[in-house]
Amino acid sequence: MSADNPNVIAVDGQYVDLHNRPLAAFLAWLIPGAGHFYQGRTTKGSIFFVCILSAWILGFALGGGHVVYASWQPGDKRWHYFLQAGVGAAALPALIQGQRMKENTNPMSGETNPSYQPLWGGFMAPPFRPVIESEADEVSAWYARHGAGYEMGTWYTVIAGLLNILVIYDAYGGPLSVPISGRKKEDEEDDSSDSKTKEPEANHAGPETTDDNSPTPRETPSESS
Amino acid sequence: MLSIAPSYMFYYVPLIIAIAMVFGATRHENTSLVLNHAWQTGRWITSFMAIIFAVLFVLNWMI
Repeated sequence: MSADNPNVIAVDGQYVDLHNRPLAAFLAWLIPGAGHFYQGRTTKGSIFFVCILSAWILGFALGGGHVVYASWQPGDKRWHYFLQAGVGAAALPALIQGQRMKENTNPMSGETNPSYQPLWGGFMAPPFRPVIESEADEVSAWYARHGAGYEMGTWYTVIAGLLNILVIYDAYGGPLSVPISGRKKEDEEDDSSDSKTKEPEANHAGPETTDDNSPTPRETPSESS
Repeated sequence: MLSIAPSYMFYYVPLIIAIAMVFGATRHENTSLVLNHAWQTGRWITSFMAIIFAVLFVLNWMI
């Protein structure tokens, strides 16, 4: 692995080849962890896949399968979907359902055709129109049926989408920098141990420009390719 | 007292695990550093939430 390659970064004393960064970022959005698998960072890919999709599925189940839907209608502007869409493919069926619901709703009266049947048994389908605040519409029925689980499920799926944005960044550019407060702590620990030899920056250090271009010895077995 | 069932607290567990692990893994490559960062993140968030909970609990008791 060459240190001259701009897609190779040195992190935690080891080199990481990010390969095709835009492709990795796209894969990371499409399926959480997929971008990291593509880059050969399998441990991290597994962590992201399990953690993010678990939170997503758990939230989806808590909300009875109705917490993820795409709608931007009066009385039902589902802004949460923009954040939920961070998990990529898992949220895409909602776009299809949202479009079909729009096509089957009368723009003048704002009412959905009563004979309309959403695809896939209503999976990720928006509520039937109209949705009016404090009225006995379909959203109210979902709230009544699932109680706090509906709110909790919404937040679980929103947080899963937001977490995947961090993952997309990690696939594109490598690990985020440790906050300054964390660095201070590390520096203090270094000072207290009187270590004169400084290790390369733990995070976001660019490719090292050593003569032999050899990676720094790792403390643990590497997961990178 | 609590206006929700104490069992609701369990919703917090999977969420904090997911958040802490993703936070840790997006800041390190080394697995042991990832786990260490995740543990610290989880501990920090839990402590922060516990303090807020305690303050609100005491306020509720006083009022």
